[in-house]
Amino acid sequence: MASCHAAEKPIKKVAIFGGTHGNELTGVFLVKHWLEDGAEIQRAGLEVKPFITNPRAVKKCSRYIDCDLNRAFGLENLGKNRSEDLPYEVRRAQEINNLFGPKDSDDSYDIIFDLHNTTSNMGCTLILEDSKNDFLIQMFHYIKSSLAPLPCYVYLIEHPSLKYATTRSVAKYPVGIEVGPQPQGVLRADILDQMRKMIKHALDFIQHFNEGKEFPSCAIEVYKIVERVNYPRDESGEIVAFIHPNLQDQDWKPLHPGAPVFLTLDGKTVSLDGDCTVYPVFVNEAAYYEKNEAFAKTTKLTLKAKSIRSSVH
Amino acid sequence: MCSLPVPREPLRHVAVTGGTHGNEMSGVCLAQHWLRAPGELQRPSFSAKPVLANPEATAVCRRYMGRDLNRTFTSSFLTARATPDDPYEVTRARELNQLLGPKASGRAFDFILDLHNTTANMGTCLIADSAHNMFAMHLCRHLQLQTPELPCPVFLYQLPGEESYTIDSVAKNGIALELGPQPQGVLRADLFSRMRSLVGAVLDFIELFNQGTDFPAFEMEAYSTVRRVDFPRTEDGDLAGTIHPQLQDRDFEPLQPGAPIFQMFDGKDVQYEGKDTVYPIFINEAAYYEKGIAFIQTEKLTFSVPALPALTPTSTPAP
Repeated sequence: MASCHAAEKPIKKVAIFGGTHGNELTGVFLVKHWLEDGAEIQRAGLEVKPFITNPRAVKKCSRYIDCDLNRAFGLENLGKNRSEDLPYEVRRAQEINNLFGPKDSDDSYDIIFDLHNTTSNMGCTLILEDSKNDFLIQMFHYIKSSLAPLPCYVYLIEHPSLKYATTRSVAKYPVGIEVGPQPQGVLRADILDQMRKMIKHALDFIQHFNEGKEFPSCAIEVYKIVERVNYPRDESGEIVAFIHPNLQDQDWKPLHPGAPVFLTLDGKTVSLDGDCTVYPVFVNEAAYYEKNEAFAKTTKLTLKAKSIRSSVH
Repeated sequence: MCSLPVPREPLRHVAVTGGTHGNEMSGVCLAQHWLRAPGELQRPSFSAKPVLANPEATAVCRRYMGRDLNRTFTSSFLTARATPDDPYEVTRARELNQLLGPKASGRAFDFILDLHNTTANMGTCLIADSAHNMFAMHLCRHLQLQTPELPCPVFLYQLPGEESYTIDSVAKNGIALELGPQPQGVLRADLFSRMRSLVGAVLDFIELFNQGTDFPAFEMEAYSTVRRVDFPRTEDGDLAGTIHPQLQDRDFEPLQPGAPIFQMFDGKDVQYEGKDTVYPIFINEAAYYEKGIAFIQTEKLTFSVPALPALTPTSTPAP
């Protein structure tokens, strides 16, 4: 009889990355702790490897040394001839691709969790790269349900031009975990606890899946990127207005046309243009000033996943 | 209590310094704005000079390039012979000493107001060197009275016998504003406008003083450094835990003996083992990890500040 669920292979190899950005300290210290004592992340029949991805940036407590590692995993970079002239993060991306990939191959790790922090008030956030991935939608549904009543949001970065080549994209199932607000270079106990719980629930889900549990079809609410919004700047590129107090800390909340978005140094308000309500994320993220992103606009939509069950049973 | 001499003539040379730490954005953006449009810093009796103190660190949005500029204004750095190997901040400290000092000389600026942010939940903190600085105490009192709805705790940072090392020590007098919480590299509109109005209130106080206003004696409450406390660390110096959730964000609140201060990564708590109630500040400041400071223990002091006499039109410089 034909099965109505998507049968998938059991998960064998999982990696947890910390320090992809060296000043996002929750992942750095969780991974360092798990390298010393990994009991908490071990699950029967599963290889779970904690790994510091950008050790030089971690040592310096800076986001990166030469360029953003989490934008360096395009096939063009990964295919470059090895040379000392390459930026440190490009060389490191190739090493990571050798260890956990190769990207888009059968040998690659099944799942990579990449641990990040933001200065934005985003709470617990899961980042999804592909809206058709039933397995990850099921996993995110499980994590959201397990964390409730603590909110957990899903940010979908699937977009023809705005998607970027992440460190975790080396794996078959890439999972970004982003918890905030936390300043760069600071470790907060509350944020650490939240991220730790997200990983625990994710690993529990994998274990249940590998044990043959069937997960019935489900749906989750996600926020899909539509546009990045730059700060207002003058002719020389200097920022001339900042996130409006009404928008500050309001990640995931509806932002209506005409609502205040920026405040200029002269006290003038800049309003949201267009005629659509959007949901802002990464509002006032420190690392995005240089990326010309004051916040990103998203739209809310629902993703459905078929029921899944591991194919061994 | 012995007091430092108070100014006996108007303060004409006043500077407002931002970007002393290049990633503390309220002061960076205010200094950059006032360098383009200085009108806001003018008062009838003086015009405050805006200074971007560490332009190289500001350009790359880092605290410093070679070393912390705000620990570099000691006589050994300022008077040593320049060498090509000097860190950028040592060279820059000497430039600022020429521009705003020389430190401890009659030619030095009358007042420097230095602008800072912290990742700690310090609110609006006013930082002065010591209770002996009567002019600064009156200024702090004035700021507290201007904003009764907003607590403005006063932190006296200098340990007894310690040489002054901050940028405002180059001038004859000065204080620093420390506003938080704000992440490094982030500009929050609420803190920006609060700092902007505080700078205005500082300049207004100096103007009142210059115009011959006297200020009555009062009782002052302030927080003074007792000791600096490091994080729990592993044998190789790495963090072994973090600030306990019950201490996080509780700057200036009393910490009782036995209360938890750190949470280890294995889940165990570490308690405060002192005998006295203390008032922790700069709790979980990003820039202090490398200095080995998880927080600063302070004690709360109450002391009398004598009246600040009005300038008289015949006031002449001391011989």
